[in-house]
Amino acid sequence: MSFVPTWERQTDMGFFLETLIGGLMSGILYSLVALGFVLIYKASGVFNFAQGAMVLFSALAMARLAEWIPHWFGFQNLVLANILAFIGALMIMVVVAWLIEKLVLGRLVNQEGITLLMATLGITYFLDGFGQLLFGAEIYKIDVGMPKEPIFLLEHMFQGGILVNQEDLAATVVAAALVAGLAMFFQYTVTGRALRAVADDHQAAQSIGIPLDRIWVIVWSVAGFVALVAGVIWGSKLGVQFSLSLIALKALPVVILGGLTSVPGAIIGGLLIGVGEKLSEVFIGPMLGGGIEIWFAYVLALFFLLIRPQGLFGEKIIDRV
Amino acid sequence: MKKPMNTFTMAATLAGLALSMSLSGAAAAAAADAKEQFFPVLSYRTGAYAPNGIPFANGYVDYLKYVNTKGGINGVKVTYEECETGYATDKGVECYERLKGKNATVFQSLSTGITFALTEKVPNDKIPLITAGYGRSESADGMVFKWNFPLTGTYWDAADVLIQHLGKKEGGLDKLAGKKVALVYHDSPFGKEPIPLLQERSKLNGFELILLPVAPPGVEQKSTWLQVRQSRPDYVLLWGWGVMNSTAIKEAVATGYPREKMYGVWWAGAEPDVKDVGDAAKGYNALALQHGAEPDAKIVKDILRDVHGKGQGTGAPEEVGQVLYMRGLSAAMLAVEGVKRAQERFGKGKVMTGEQARWGYENLALDQKKLDALGFAGVMRPISTSCADHRGAGWARVHTWSGKKWEFTSDWYEASEMIIKPMVKAAADKYAAEKKIERRSPQDCQS
Amino acid sequence: MFYRENGQFKTSYAADQQIFPVMQDRLAVLGLLVLAFVAVPALAPEYLFRAILIPFLILSLAALGLNVLVGYCGQISLGTGGLMAVGAYGAYNILVRIDGVPLIVALLMGGVFAALVGVLFGIPSLRIRGLYLAVATLAAQFFCDWSFLRIKWLTNYSSSGSVSVAGLNVFGWSVDTPAEKYLLCLLLVCLFALITKNLIRGHIGREWMAIRDMDVAAAVIGIRPVYAKLSAFAVSSFIIGVAGALWGFVFLGSWEPAAFNIDRSFQLLFMIIIGGLGSVMGSFFGAAFIVVLPILLDQGAVALGFDTAIASHLTLMIFGSLIVFFLIAEPHGLARLWAVGKEKLRLWPFPH
Repeated sequence: MSFVPTWERQTDMGFFLETLIGGLMSGILYSLVALGFVLIYKASGVFNFAQGAMVLFSALAMARLAEWIPHWFGFQNLVLANILAFIGALMIMVVVAWLIEKLVLGRLVNQEGITLLMATLGITYFLDGFGQLLFGAEIYKIDVGMPKEPIFLLEHMFQGGILVNQEDLAATVVAAALVAGLAMFFQYTVTGRALRAVADDHQAAQSIGIPLDRIWVIVWSVAGFVALVAGVIWGSKLGVQFSLSLIALKALPVVILGGLTSVPGAIIGGLLIGVGEKLSEVFIGPMLGGGIEIWFAYVLALFFLLIRPQGLFGEKIIDRV
Repeated sequence: MKKPMNTFTMAATLAGLALSMSLSGAAAAAAADAKEQFFPVLSYRTGAYAPNGIPFANGYVDYLKYVNTKGGINGVKVTYEECETGYATDKGVECYERLKGKNATVFQSLSTGITFALTEKVPNDKIPLITAGYGRSESADGMVFKWNFPLTGTYWDAADVLIQHLGKKEGGLDKLAGKKVALVYHDSPFGKEPIPLLQERSKLNGFELILLPVAPPGVEQKSTWLQVRQSRPDYVLLWGWGVMNSTAIKEAVATGYPREKMYGVWWAGAEPDVKDVGDAAKGYNALALQHGAEPDAKIVKDILRDVHGKGQGTGAPEEVGQVLYMRGLSAAMLAVEGVKRAQERFGKGKVMTGEQARWGYENLALDQKKLDALGFAGVMRPISTSCADHRGAGWARVHTWSGKKWEFTSDWYEASEMIIKPMVKAAADKYAAEKKIERRSPQDCQS
Repeated sequence: MFYRENGQFKTSYAADQQIFPVMQDRLAVLGLLVLAFVAVPALAPEYLFRAILIPFLILSLAALGLNVLVGYCGQISLGTGGLMAVGAYGAYNILVRIDGVPLIVALLMGGVFAALVGVLFGIPSLRIRGLYLAVATLAAQFFCDWSFLRIKWLTNYSSSGSVSVAGLNVFGWSVDTPAEKYLLCLLLVCLFALITKNLIRGHIGREWMAIRDMDVAAAVIGIRPVYAKLSAFAVSSFIIGVAGALWGFVFLGSWEPAAFNIDRSFQLLFMIIIGGLGSVMGSFFGAAFIVVLPILLDQGAVALGFDTAIASHLTLMIFGSLIVFFLIAEPHGLARLWAVGKEKLRLWPFPH
């Protein structure tokens, strides 16, 4: 490995591997956002279009708190500021989750899917406006010490080496830890079991005494936590500003490819979409003039859906007449 | 308990709405008759392009306030109203429609998309449109585009200056032959503007042009920069706006492309683009549209004293003197100077209509003495427009980010008329043919 | 008391099946049409036309088209912006490439192209349903966005990718002033609303509604899903395409692909949900809500002294809250409120 970029002739295979690895890692980043979608859909049957706005809102909270907390409490330590900001942002997201459940979801129980979808779109607008009002509309920095320089692997095998983005690598590790943590949470804790019960059948869960509204607050808070992690990682990469909420649009093909009800589906879907997107843009793109990755992800998801209409890992849709 | 609306209330509400709208329209028109020169300010302080739109708008508005502290334009008070467009064409059109009825003097949209839409409307409404440093490159031809004013330069000028600079770096334009230049551009009319000129230049000077579009708003650039890494261009030209700029620099860092080889257009070279990248953006170059960051200029000091000092400043005082703030300031200055020039012909101390102001913009003659007197010494070079030339000047420099601030790293360049003039004429002719309008006659130039 | 069907006996099948069986309804609609065709062009100020009425009419036409697909046939589509773009660019190409073609023909051809594209992107609906279909239609949206930016032939090789039209001319009647543009849009909207209402009332509308309610059961009783779904896509896309052509030609004058981006699709979906799914009236209510409200909020906030950025943020927040409020208060939209109102009016002043 070496940290000095070399610009000798690269073999095509090396470049292919580079694009593949880059695609896999950006796919993981999409999965981070997609996880939020899946969690909420699994537990409450609501497709939360506001996930992107939640990513933006939590990232804004984190970025600004990290700026303001040192001022309020008068210290300079960046690590401490970041930790306190993270906890602060997490608390804000829990409050947001509670408010959403109380004011919106609680009143729209038993409505059709499309109504709930539209309600989450309304929440999106609200959070977009509120976040910018509260925290500002400029580009803000999140500095959690992510390494920005690339590393180059296998320079003896491929001239120029395989470029690996260290920040994405760190994100992959975090995402893996998050998924493992969530899996353990669902399997081994009481709340996790209650969440699984609610996801399986609302009414049965309610009949054995699981409080639905509290469960929904917990689900939305967990989704808020996932949004915060995604927001920190994406914000650290791109800077925190309004376009961050558009990342959610990239997570949509991931979710439908993987299936709306499956956490491993979100991961696998993310990997597939990430790889498909990058490879298509880099190798097919130039032939078509470039800029194709935006629709390629969706077309890829579409083709998979034609084979399996419920997504790769989703629950089979059964109609009874 | 829901209260359903019946037919009567529904009809009454709609009628009342229509009535109130018409009344407010009438009232607004009446208010504008007072002795005030009204400047509409189309700005975007929200959305994906806000980080760059905010300092520009602050500079623009601050200059208008400054003019008032100096007694207005020969005694005529300056009034303004901001309207949020969010960089969206339809909101820009709505703002235009709403504000033009208030005797608007001139519009500056700061968005190529809105410029295209307004270009269709201003000839009918007889309000000039200044597009200082953006908009359609062919609108420099005043014989076809009577109401458009791309003052101080267009995108073809920008691309030309960049190529000249690259040629100078290589030791001569002929040394560019065989080199690779990549254009990473915002996939919109704004980003596509320089392509015709770069293709002309590529044929002329022999370099290979690689086009890499980035879908708006430009947060997704990983594959673009992987392609840059693969094709290893000698230079990368960045034609972005808003968040696309900082993302591009960050991706350049992430793929190890040397920032010293990156050159941004004058909309891709300001503090918001590099601030949060900080030291890693060191060496990144961009065009400076005549001015760069000018914290020591006389006008900056005047504004800090007379506007911010009295608590009237729009935005933070730290912003005064930054690149985009100065851009907005200069744009406002040109707007006001055009009105002043119009007053010389149509009556000093009187309110100018849009048509009269248009004559003023067409006959701008700001020499260095006048600019120095205004406080723009070292910030702007002389500009003089005419009937055929609505651009007025084509000067630019290159400045580089040192990690802490922007520093000039080149001499003045002037865009080469040899290539640009025929292109402008050809494109303007094409537009005239499409729209079935005639070129203006010389008599029309006197109006 | 004033609004009732008592005493209005029908003596022919045609009279029995008319769209407005109650005479008061007919009078009200006639009055509205007189107001719209005669009073408004004479009295309204230019700003009202250019910034409120023309966008309202064009977007209500698009909402009508989308309502056919989503409200009557139950297929959620988020590709509306892309279809509007196809309509606009299709009409532009016809106008520019074929000399002397009448404007109306160009607009309708734009609709035809949009219908073809709509059917193509509607084919997945035969296999995919619900939210999955919604996200799949986004493929259409982004593909259309990209193709109008990249395929130069579609924009007549314009270097900037932006196209413009001028000098609209309908069979010799030159459409210049805002009032004339308004009348052109109004004519087309009334025409398409009438056609759509009659389609809905006919057998094809019933097929669509059967598919919407339970598509498996519909197939069981002999309604061919292929025909029903694809015809819904075709009719809906045709109307949306014409609306897109009007948006480009009449409202904007000069446009780029970003004018038809995904925000437009979401905006139209909002309109029909707020206005009322499965209702012609609802498309108009929704369009009025979404077009007028942000302008009022912006102006109101600025009038109250907030700066434009804060006004914008407040507008977003109030907009979002109002959407949620409407969904909670009346999930079936404004059209349902209207219908309930009329029901109550029939009984008034009696309680039951």
